[in-house]
Amino acid sequence: MTERVTVGLEIHQQLDTHKLFCSCPSDLVEVEGPTLHRRLRPTFSEMGEIDRAALAQAERRMRFRYQCPRSHCCLVEADEEPPHDADAEAMELTLLVAAMTSSKVVDEIHFMRKIVIDGSNTTGFQRTALVATGGFIDMNGKRISVQSICLEEDAARKVETKGSEVTYRLDRLGIPLIELATGPDMHDPDEVREVAARIGSIMRATRRVKRGLGTIREDLNVSIPGGARVEVKGVQDLQLLPTYVEREVERQSGLLRVRDELLARGTMRPNGPMADCTDALRSSKSKVISSALSKGGKVFGISLPGYEGLMKSQDGKLRLGAEMAQYARTRGVAGIFHSDELPGYGITQEEVAAVRHHLGIASDGAFAICADDPIKAEPALAMALQRAGMAFDGVPEETRDPLPDGGTTYSRPLPGAGRMYPETDVRPITISPQRLAKLAANLPELPDAKAARFAKEYGIHEQQARQIVREGHEDLFEELAKGGQAQVAARTFLNTYPALEKEGVSTDALDDPQVRKAFEALNRGRFAKEALPDVMRQMAQGKDLETAVDELGLGRVDSDEAAAIVDAIIADRAAFVREKGMGAVGPLMAPVMAQLKGKVEGKAVSDLLKSRIEAFLAR
Amino acid sequence: MNYSERALAILKTAGAKEGDTLLVQGKDDEQKGVLMPHHQFSDPDVIVIKLKSGYNVGIRLNEDVFVKVQDRAEERARPSRHAKADAALPTVAIIGTGGTIASYVDYRTGAVHPALSADDLIAAVPEISSICNVRAKVLYSIFSENMDCAAWVGLARAIVCEIEAGADGVIVPHGTDTMGFTSAALSFMLEGLDRPVVLVGAQRSSDRPSSDAYTNLVAAARFCATANASGVFVLMHEGPSDTSALVHRGTRVRKMHSSRRDAFHSVNATPVAKVSFEGSVEFLADHPVRGTGKLVLRDRMEPKVALLQFYPGMDPESFYALIRAHRGVVLAGSGLGHVSAKMVEMLAKAASDGVAVAMTTQCLHGQVNLNVYATGRDLINAGVVPCGDMLPETALVKLMWVLAQTADISEVRRLMTSDLQGELSPRREIDD
Repeated sequence: MTERVTVGLEIHQQLDTHKLFCSCPSDLVEVEGPTLHRRLRPTFSEMGEIDRAALAQAERRMRFRYQCPRSHCCLVEADEEPPHDADAEAMELTLLVAAMTSSKVVDEIHFMRKIVIDGSNTTGFQRTALVATGGFIDMNGKRISVQSICLEEDAARKVETKGSEVTYRLDRLGIPLIELATGPDMHDPDEVREVAARIGSIMRATRRVKRGLGTIREDLNVSIPGGARVEVKGVQDLQLLPTYVEREVERQSGLLRVRDELLARGTMRPNGPMADCTDALRSSKSKVISSALSKGGKVFGISLPGYEGLMKSQDGKLRLGAEMAQYARTRGVAGIFHSDELPGYGITQEEVAAVRHHLGIASDGAFAICADDPIKAEPALAMALQRAGMAFDGVPEETRDPLPDGGTTYSRPLPGAGRMYPETDVRPITISPQRLAKLAANLPELPDAKAARFAKEYGIHEQQARQIVREGHEDLFEELAKGGQAQVAARTFLNTYPALEKEGVSTDALDDPQVRKAFEALNRGRFAKEALPDVMRQMAQGKDLETAVDELGLGRVDSDEAAAIVDAIIADRAAFVREKGMGAVGPLMAPVMAQLKGKVEGKAVSDLLKSRIEAFLAR
Repeated sequence: MNYSERALAILKTAGAKEGDTLLVQGKDDEQKGVLMPHHQFSDPDVIVIKLKSGYNVGIRLNEDVFVKVQDRAEERARPSRHAKADAALPTVAIIGTGGTIASYVDYRTGAVHPALSADDLIAAVPEISSICNVRAKVLYSIFSENMDCAAWVGLARAIVCEIEAGADGVIVPHGTDTMGFTSAALSFMLEGLDRPVVLVGAQRSSDRPSSDAYTNLVAAARFCATANASGVFVLMHEGPSDTSALVHRGTRVRKMHSSRRDAFHSVNATPVAKVSFEGSVEFLADHPVRGTGKLVLRDRMEPKVALLQFYPGMDPESFYALIRAHRGVVLAGSGLGHVSAKMVEMLAKAASDGVAVAMTTQCLHGQVNLNVYATGRDLINAGVVPCGDMLPETALVKLMWVLAQTADISEVRRLMTSDLQGELSPRREIDD
């Protein structure tokens, strides 16, 4: 990495308690339930200003539809009843995490209303309380500061967006989240993943956090020198954290190069005007253009003199065009076309020339166009133009959504700092020094201590033990180790799982009960431990244990059968065995294992082969 | 709870006032933030400060803590706004009674300030200026549970002033708890009203993005400005969704839920109209139209009237003295309008003493009928006035008004059993 990157993490972990402000259960359901239709409006602050992030959302004029599954949401989530007192158990767990990270708990906890009007909260705000500050965790000889620990409510989950209406389901709304924010102390993409994993294992040590996809989400704050703080919000896949950091560094350094190039060229800030270019593309074969025109849409264009080659450079490293398109999409269009990617997408060289002619620019001049309903296309192109102008300032501060491939897309400007006011419906919670002392005296086992104990108690390597704890397998591992399978369990989690993932087989289906079943069968002697990876592969692909064992042709053979199989193999190669004597054991292992693998333990096979060869030679 | 003496002393020594930026130094840390008002449920030793991050935290003031004022609170002037009148639009007066139909949040201090002037209101609810010209004033700043006869009278007078000054309609933002009582009182006091007076409230306060205050207020403005209706109405959400509001007759409406947006229901009557938040007005029931009456303010009220709910085992001894201390009493009886035999005896005595006794039903839905059972017939003989399908609260307010209009008990009986403002009806239709 050429630039020195600075990264801070915010970790959001769901707690396995009731919801934070009512007694609804805190899991998700596939039920829609009754529907509510709501709108939100930005609240005016004292100075008559609306928060800039709130304004950006309001401008989209969103209507919200809420699915209210009856079993998992009550009048509180529907914003039809005031919140109840904060869940005592969730509060206790938050205090516990504060103690485990040496954070200082505030004397009295006050819940706040943080304005969020994207509809993900029915109230238009998220309830959140600052619980502790000033903590740290030590890892690999380095101290990572824990700036704050908050207890807050999770947002509703988005189901779909149709036109200007967004649908959310209220089952997730109100699930307690611990939000832990580190200082901007990380400078290496891999370190970011390690810190996230460590914090995850600290949370899990409370034993009352949710497990599984979507129950822990990370926000990354990334900046490079000369760049700006960019928040990548809601990363669910820990493994991708380093990729997001790397890609963000590339993006920011690309944007800095675009800025330098604009200044070097003496480019002027573009200011339109926007022109109706529909006539230039009236008979275009481009699907996007013809489909927009057939619905009565129009094509608008703007010239961007001095932007040639910056919207998408030959080497693909400068991609201002992608940023402009992302801004345009916030106005409901599918995207824009810019001259660095044209001709293309069904737009011909002649049509490009016609657009240039229409816009009155030179034969190689840069431009961008947008085709859609004028009500959307005009503001969308205005957003793209605004983004093009922002390129003069390098990297804009913004919130970006993570994409599954490790990239990100523009979401909204970074929220301002002070959009919070007190949640007067919830009582403040005074924390006594006695309560904190009691907590500190009864801390759960911390990850380092647990790893050391695993190595000592179960005879696995310390490296393995640390990895098991870091990757969240500690509880199941300990259960299996107590059943006498420490080594096999360690190999399963640390070798088999990564190997399967590498093959493209997701291990998500291997939940605790499935793994338990496989190990019970192993303990019963249903198959040999060499067969476990194959059994796990089949189970990961959705087969049940019995089917997997049958299809693999496993199932134990008794010792007579095994001896008969070995004898037959020896008899087939009688001359060879006589010639080599006991030296035949090695070469014969392969054909013997081919028939006995998974049915008899490897060690037993080799012992059996030796004794049968001895018997054969003695004859 | 208020501050403890220790906390007060520390704040006083430091000279700290709400809104000041404080530096609070503890044994091994220090925090900086704006001093917030003391929370009623806070520990007496705890002060609340708002940190730069926006979060409030409580800090316990003990012997280790040192408080210093770093910056004084500054008064910030609000930018003044001025709305232009549009001669083509009708004029609607807005008379505030309390609560915050529109408000500003000061995120620096977390304080919520009501929009008081018409200009403030229009800045907060700009949609209104395309519907009507607004004349706004604040008459009271009280919780609706603190309203009383005197406040109703003051409000009725203020409405008459606005109408005489040419308002085409009047909107009264009102706390929801007793909005139904106020709407009933205004209905009787504003005799011959020839334009709409609409009470409007919110179940979610106006500082929240999800507040129903704005949609209700805009719908009320639309109804006042465009609907051909006269009378006193209450306008609130139709359901939990932000799609439409219902307009209820002021004498027929009751708050039926403690927190939902659609808390208000017309009881024993169909709502007058439905106002879509997209803008349309649809009438659902017969209603008086504009310009057909001559407004007469009958603003005398007799506050000495009580409302009692009958319950099994109700002790007549305890209530006789109470009833005798009043000029009238409304009972919400069981079922068709019943009370126990002992209570009948006591009510007969009270009636013969000259107390006006009226009967409604605690079922709310359906009407009182004192002919069906012996108890009912005994009540008639005792001189109790049956109030048909009138809501108990409306009957209370009506009796207050009637007793201030006449001292003649037979006239009281005649007025109580006559439909004056849509509060009574001879027939109830089958619901869908």
